[in-house]
Amino acid sequence: MAKSEVKLLIDGKRLDGRLPGEMRKVEMKVDVVSRADGSAMVKFGNTVAIAAVYGPRPLYPKYLQEAKSGILRCRYNMVPFSVVERKNPGPDRRSIELSKVIRLALEPAIFLEEFPKATIDIFVEILQADGSTRVTGINAASLALASAGIPMKDLVTACSVGKIEDTLILDLSGIEDNNSECDMAFAMMPSKEKITLLQMDGTLKKEEVKKLMEMAKDACAKIYEMQKNAIKEKYR
Amino acid sequence: MNEEYALELIEKGRRVDGRKFDEWRKIEIVPNIVKNAEGSASVKFGETEVIAGVKLEIGEPFPDTPNEGILVVNAEFSPIASPDFEAGPPGEDAIELARIVDRGIRSSKCIKLEELCLEPGKKVWCVFVDIHIINHKGNLLDASALASLAALLNTKIPKIEGEKILRGEFEKNLPVQFKPINVSVCKIKGNFLVDPTLEEEEIAEVKLSLSVRDDDVICAMQKQGSGELKAEEVEKIMDIAIEKSKEIRKMV
Repeated sequence: MAKSEVKLLIDGKRLDGRLPGEMRKVEMKVDVVSRADGSAMVKFGNTVAIAAVYGPRPLYPKYLQEAKSGILRCRYNMVPFSVVERKNPGPDRRSIELSKVIRLALEPAIFLEEFPKATIDIFVEILQADGSTRVTGINAASLALASAGIPMKDLVTACSVGKIEDTLILDLSGIEDNNSECDMAFAMMPSKEKITLLQMDGTLKKEEVKKLMEMAKDACAKIYEMQKNAIKEKYR
Repeated sequence: MNEEYALELIEKGRRVDGRKFDEWRKIEIVPNIVKNAEGSASVKFGETEVIAGVKLEIGEPFPDTPNEGILVVNAEFSPIASPDFEAGPPGEDAIELARIVDRGIRSSKCIKLEELCLEPGKKVWCVFVDIHIINHKGNLLDASALASLAALLNTKIPKIEGEKILRGEFEKNLPVQFKPINVSVCKIKGNFLVDPTLEEEEIAEVKLSLSVRDDDVICAMQKQGSGELKAEEVEKIMDIAIEKSKEIRKMV
């Protein structure tokens, strides 16, 4: 749905010089907020997210407590100056939905049953937005959880894929996101190849969905290695 | 209790209400239920009941789409529909539902928004779709998406006189070119169930919702619930959704 006539592919290369299946430069760092029990910063090109984990900690008010399991809470937030036009502070409809889907993408990985009556709170702040913010946030949140020592089945690894000018691409930038024919946010627990986030917007044929999932799976395998390295770095 | 019973039956290949796993409940669509709305419909999936109304207003277009009308989808989980719903501003479930319905309509290009421009960059029609849940017995999403589509299909654009909308006098029908159908599939004990009831939603490990267009193109997808899916399972659910969307599309 090319809203404006932006050319996104020139001679098979994207506006930032990447090939369709190429990721932006990724940086990861664990423990960036010392007050938190665990935290991490993840950059995908110009997109920067930090995540902090507090907990497990007692949950109040008490009526929110679950007798047999802990609960996970998540807040995704874009800071007002993270985008070109200032974003009003506080939750809007988009960030409320994203907070929910991020929570549900992480929940399957955490042994919440080990923390009855407690809560684990995850705060994701997008400092700079240039596309793929929710998946960058998930990668950071998953690292923060691991760094907080929360027992997990696996790390959760996420990436975005999509389609521009009939070409399937990996890791959408902001301008690609705004002008894409389709974008798909994808997260998985790589060791068992279990998908925990799948959101698609735009139009795709069934075969294209399959191809995009393959592409995302391969990319997640690479991001997974980077995440593991980032955690190891903490103990070096 | 009900959930345990449902689970037991599903393991034996059956459902509490006797349906097959890929069978819809009885679906009823009643168009034009509200006179004052420009378009409206009531949809029942078994006991689940949802109404959707469309109101049109004149507004300013978004700067990046100066020649297109505006679509706004909103959902209200009114406390009338369930003991679990509370009055107040929409919660995350209502917001998520509205945004999924919105994406299905928007991505499929169901409405020709470019035909809703009155004065480029200045005046366009804003299409407000409001979804109201009347009775919650499961699968609100598919029912809401269908109610919205059915309401859009009988929406008429009012006549205007200068700045004034002449309510009750109509110019033409809203230009609708596709019929995107939402199909939610629950995974329970390795089985895939279409049109889950409330109990089935409670015991579902995970749910995947897809919006399918007339040409079998998938125009929105969302994993719901805290479970996990394998890629093969996603493919299987796509097949089911494409197939099952056809049955509903015939009804509208």
